[in-house]
Amino acid sequence: MSSGRCAACRYLRRKCTEDCILSPYFPSNNPQRFVSVHRIYGASNVSKLLLRLPIHVRAEAADSLYFEAQCRLEDPVHGCVGLVFMLQQQIQAAESQLVKTRVQIAVMKSQAQHPQPREAESSFNNPFLRHFDNDANLSFSNQISSGFI
Amino acid sequence: MRGQEPRSTSSCAACRLLKRRCNPNCIFAPYFRSDEPKKFAKVHKVFGASNVSKILIEVPEEQREDTVNSLAYEAEARLRDPVYGCIGAIALLQRKMIQLQHDLALARSCLARYTATPSCIGSTDVPVIADPLGDFPAGCGGSIDSFSWNLSYELNQEAHMYDFSQIPYV
Repeated sequence: MSSGRCAACRYLRRKCTEDCILSPYFPSNNPQRFVSVHRIYGASNVSKLLLRLPIHVRAEAADSLYFEAQCRLEDPVHGCVGLVFMLQQQIQAAESQLVKTRVQIAVMKSQAQHPQPREAESSFNNPFLRHFDNDANLSFSNQISSGFI
Repeated sequence: MRGQEPRSTSSCAACRLLKRRCNPNCIFAPYFRSDEPKKFAKVHKVFGASNVSKILIEVPEEQREDTVNSLAYEAEARLRDPVYGCIGAIALLQRKMIQLQHDLALARSCLARYTATPSCIGSTDVPVIADPLGDFPAGCGGSIDSFSWNLSYELNQEAHMYDFSQIPYV
C-alpha cells in the first residue's frame, strides 16, 4: 500500500496517519473529490459526520456528500434541492397524465360496455366526464385508479 | 419585513449561536432571525457558519433567501439521514417517478387498445406502445445512478423521513 497522503491530508498539508478517517474515501488519485466536499462542508464537519457513522456505511455517506457538494457548486442557490423540486414537478405532471388517461379509459370502457346509438353523449350526461376537469380531479381519480388496471 | 427591529439591540440567530456581536452588515441576519434558532443551528452543524457565509456572499442578494432555504432543507435531510442526506429523498422521488412511468405506460397501452380499433376490444393483438413516455425522463442528472445503492432498508418504508411539503420553491 502506498505510504503517500490521502487527498484530504495532501490538501490540508498535514501528515496522513494510518487511522485517518478521510483517507479511505478521499484517495490521492482524486483530489477534486475532496476539494469539492471541503469547499461546501469543511473537512472538520465531514470528519465528524463520518466518525459518527458505522464503518460499513461511511463510503456511501462520503459518496452522497460528494454528490451534494457537486450539486451545490454547480448551483449555489438550490444545490441538490433543485433536483428534488424538479422531480416533484415531474411527478405531479405524470400523476396528472395518469389520471387523465385512466379517466379516458373509464369513458372508453363504459362506452364499449354500453354502446350508445347516438354520437358521443354530452359531458353533462356522462358520469365520468362530468367529474373530470382540466385540473384532473384527484379525489375522483383515486376512486377509479385503485385496481383499475 | 426583515430588519425593522433595531439590530443594535438584537442579535440574529447566527450571531447568538456564535456568541458574537451582530453588526448591521451581518450577512446572516436577514435570513436567520432570532426567533428561528434551530434553523441556523442545523445549517451550522452540517455546513459550518464560515462555509455558509462564503456561499451566501457568492450569490446575488435577491437569491440569498432561496439559498438559505435550500441549505436549511439539505441540512435537515442530512441530520435526519446522516448516510444519504438529501440523496435519499431524491432516490425516493426517482423511484416514485419510475413507478408512475410504468403505470402511465400501462394505462396508455390499455387506452390504445380501446382507441386503435374499437372492434378489437378484448383482443390481445393490439400492440403495446413502445415508448409512450418521451415527455418524462427517468430522472434528472444521470450522475445519481452512479451510486452503488447498497441500501440496508427499503426506502419506501422510510418515506416518512422526508417532508416533501417543506420544499421551499412551490
